[in-house]
Amino acid sequence: MPVISYREAVRHALAEELERDPNVVVMGEEVAQFNGAYKVTEGLLAKFGPQRIVDTPISEAGFIGMGVGASMLGIRPVMELMFWSFYSVAFDQILNNAANVRYMSGGLINCPIVIRGPANGGTNVGATHSHTPENVLANHPGVKVVVPSTPYDAKGLLKSAIRDNDPVMFLENTILYGEKGEVPTEEYVIPLGVADVKREGTDLTIVTYGRSVLHSLKAAEILEKEHDVSVEVVDLRTIRPLDIDTVLASVRKTHRVLIVEEQKPFASVGSQLAFMIQKEAFDDLDAPINRLATVDAPAIYSPPVEVEQLPNPQRVLKAALATVA
Amino acid sequence: MSKKPTATAEKKAEAPTGGDFSKAPVNASLSREERIELYRKMVRIRRFEERSLRAYQSKKIGGVLHLYIGQEAVAVGACSLMGKDDHVITAYRDHGHAIAVGMDTKPLMSELYGKATGCSKGKGGSMHYFAPELNYWGGHGIVGGQIPLGVGLAYGLKYKGLKGAAMAFMGDGAVNQGAVHEAYNLAALWNLPVVFVIENNGYSMGTSQARSSAGELAKRAAGYDMDWGQCQGHDIYEVRATMDKFLRLAREKSRPATVEIDTYRYRGHSVADPDNTYRSKAEIEEYRRTKDPIQLFQNQLVSEGVLDEALIAKIDEEARSEAELAAEYAEASPFPTVDDIQKDVYWEADNPSQRASKGRLFFD
Repeated sequence: MPVISYREAVRHALAEELERDPNVVVMGEEVAQFNGAYKVTEGLLAKFGPQRIVDTPISEAGFIGMGVGASMLGIRPVMELMFWSFYSVAFDQILNNAANVRYMSGGLINCPIVIRGPANGGTNVGATHSHTPENVLANHPGVKVVVPSTPYDAKGLLKSAIRDNDPVMFLENTILYGEKGEVPTEEYVIPLGVADVKREGTDLTIVTYGRSVLHSLKAAEILEKEHDVSVEVVDLRTIRPLDIDTVLASVRKTHRVLIVEEQKPFASVGSQLAFMIQKEAFDDLDAPINRLATVDAPAIYSPPVEVEQLPNPQRVLKAALATVA
Repeated sequence: MSKKPTATAEKKAEAPTGGDFSKAPVNASLSREERIELYRKMVRIRRFEERSLRAYQSKKIGGVLHLYIGQEAVAVGACSLMGKDDHVITAYRDHGHAIAVGMDTKPLMSELYGKATGCSKGKGGSMHYFAPELNYWGGHGIVGGQIPLGVGLAYGLKYKGLKGAAMAFMGDGAVNQGAVHEAYNLAALWNLPVVFVIENNGYSMGTSQARSSAGELAKRAAGYDMDWGQCQGHDIYEVRATMDKFLRLAREKSRPATVEIDTYRYRGHSVADPDNTYRSKAEIEEYRRTKDPIQLFQNQLVSEGVLDEALIAKIDEEARSEAELAAEYAEASPFPTVDDIQKDVYWEADNPSQRASKGRLFFD
């Protein structure tokens, strides 16, 4: 099976869906002529032309609102945010318009948009460029939220996201763009709302998503080899809709849970998960649900210190040992 | 890359025949029935709004109510020019546009009452009337928030190769929102077939234009190399003549424009506005006396021999009756149930046999 990068996986998904459906349009800042700020859309302009791959001026509220409006007529825009941090410039368009137009019209309208781009810290770009807003997005009924961790997941989920008739927020990661993994050449899709057990184990469930999956898998290796702790890593893949059943099945097996998330702690995705797990699997728990999150401050710039602000394998290891102690 | 031509700056549209817009081809070609229908629509809007106000005062309607009384000629005039591929979007003072595009007043009143038979099943309310099958895309609550959506409608039309235009309405208070400027730039940069219509009733809630906006409103379009114009909104023939020109520009040349239409509202910003802090009663009375769009068009059509006393009375009686029947229908209709709260959120949840995703879409 071919081994490709996460970046290529996203690009292939875009190309396949552009090929499949003439209503799909890719738009965003530098996506066309510049070949993408992170080279995700490299080559697409040459292949599909300027009608399908559209460079937008820096005006997130304008072009995302425009995409939402066009989607009401059946266009399927896949709009790139150069950083998901920039979503706040278009907050009203995403979370008042895209999220609510169906409801406010009593179901007469739907907005089949995808907004995609990198949402992550870890690149020393400071407090305004390091947001991971999956919790904020998932708090709004009407939108769906996807955070893939591997090339295989990214491609299959993006294809599903583009075909989805609801607004889908697709959160990538600049640090994951270079990560490689096996991706079949044959076409496949991964449905939204299906978690994936990335590693089986019996002593501890780590529930996580995005880049923290990789940190958790590294920590799991150490926990197995050096501490004789068998860890099951559940990758949510989709935040909303949420596959809580896979999480609960794992909890019922291991009886201990550590949530690992690149999120500021207050009202994070993990906060919602913890409520659901203790509500639905209280008697299966042998310890309080633990959670490792980003250290609660704006994203620091200083490179070595930022590493310690975010989840990393050592921090996951420490939190896991505390959970099984 | 050639430089774009500078916009044609127009102020106060000149009547093609020196002050009489009835002679403009788009109006002169109207049949007798069509003229009566324009008049009738304005009267129907006026009576619907008045009946809504009484319903609100009787506590049948909750929340907000932004009445279109006094502005009728703008929506009726502009929407009367719509072809099958023209689309409309507006802000929260949307009852006039809804009736103008052809929505039935029973579901409109029902929506105000929050009933399940409302045009949005009681889920939207006064600010959120929608009718996709009539090319009407709402009804929006955030000032200026609908303007990028309007540019999107134009984008969609152009992408599909349709010779249509999107009319994106806003009030004088919206012109300073950032999203509006972003939308102007996109429309002008990409030649999108959108006509931005500024319904300037002089007040952004309680703040006059003079206290809100630097410079003139539509003229700002010139900064984006976009065509612009201005006209009076109390003369429906003038509204039609002016809008017709810019709609043709959009449809035929795919060029955007901004049109400022001077109008007036007799009632406050919304029902919650005591309307005693920012303007005088004398000002309202002066407009009502000299520029009421319905009275002026009535006078015009009487002079054309199209309306007489009997028909005027009949149209008014029918409009009042229609509004009353709409209120009775709303009163008799059921409310949505608690189980309805979570319907119409996700297309997939509403179409379960076609749902591809798994997992929980809702939480408790």
